[in-house]
Amino acid sequence: MPELNTSSLPDLIFSILFFFMIVTSMREQEVKVQVELPKGTELTKLERKSAITNIYIGTPMNNKESQEAGIQLNDRQLSRREVNNLKAYIVEEKERLGSKAAKMKVALKIDNNIDMGLLSDVKMQLRKAYALQIFYSANEEKNNGQ
Amino acid sequence: MGKSKRKVPGINASSTADISFILLIFFLVVTSMNSNFGLQVMLPNPPDEQQQDDPEVHERNLLKVYVNMDNEIMVTAGKLREGERPLMLKVDELEELRELAKEFITANTPGGKVNENYPEPKKKLDTITYINDAGLEILYPNGVSNIVRNNQHVITLQTDRSTKYEVYFKVQEVLYSAYNDLRDEFAKEVYGVQDPEKQLTADELELCRRRYVNMISEAQPIEIGKRK
Repeated sequence: MPELNTSSLPDLIFSILFFFMIVTSMREQEVKVQVELPKGTELTKLERKSAITNIYIGTPMNNKESQEAGIQLNDRQLSRREVNNLKAYIVEEKERLGSKAAKMKVALKIDNNIDMGLLSDVKMQLRKAYALQIFYSANEEKNNGQ
Repeated sequence: MGKSKRKVPGINASSTADISFILLIFFLVVTSMNSNFGLQVMLPNPPDEQQQDDPEVHERNLLKVYVNMDNEIMVTAGKLREGERPLMLKVDELEELRELAKEFITANTPGGKVNENYPEPKKKLDTITYINDAGLEILYPNGVSNIVRNNQHVITLQTDRSTKYEVYFKVQEVLYSAYNDLRDEFAKEVYGVQDPEKQLTADELELCRRRYVNMISEAQPIEIGKRK
């Protein structure tokens, strides 16, 4: 019985590899806050990934018992009561971006069940830090014909 | 050391597949597929530095949307007449808000359809000029002129501190979609195309966007029972 010719197998796998390298993006940080994003149909795609800072607002994963919302900016975690410290962190983040600071965008990944009070506190911190371009992240709803 | 015709053995490539498999798995683990979709919003400057001379908007040019703590939506379009009550909507009735917003925006856009409920604003009108990144001035196509800004109206969106984010997001999105629909309709009418997203250039789309500028303004959420 002749052996199966596997000489083209590496090429095949390499093409799959390249496909994945192109369509995916590096995961920036570990998310420690559980977030269920809202769904939408009128969404735009966020370009220029380098100047984006992610802020997650949701239920902290390491403390499941407490229902208190948590905020995560990069690897920093804040509780609801510490929201006033956020401004300093955003300013720091802005400095880190250097020349790209003017193009800084903040992607807010907020859980559906978060109340507007907390969001408005976060927005006030962003305004004070002059990070004015924000972006409410959401998942695309596919069933609508948009 | 003669010129012996020795056969050069080929490199054993049987493990290349394994190596690339490992690379593949590595990329699968460290990368993520989810691309960033969402709504883009521009925040105003900090409150203490905001200019005090905020342009005063007449009540009839205001569309007030208020989401309460029970996630119900109250809409007041223009000035209420004697005995008229604001419109109350549930989250699943947002389609109505979209139609209302579209009607309101069109009526408040100079040159748009006249609607007796929302009298046309009588402020100074400035024509739209658009110079693109390359420094070229882009004009509306032939036959369309005197397009003026629609910055005469304001849509205010206010929530309660205990309103759910999901509802707020949906309301925001519906208001955005009202603007998007109008831009689409405008593009179809002016350029005579079926699918503006695909058929028009970025500059032409920007012109359509500028015809209907997003005028949503957000007020600070209020506490339960306290009204501004």
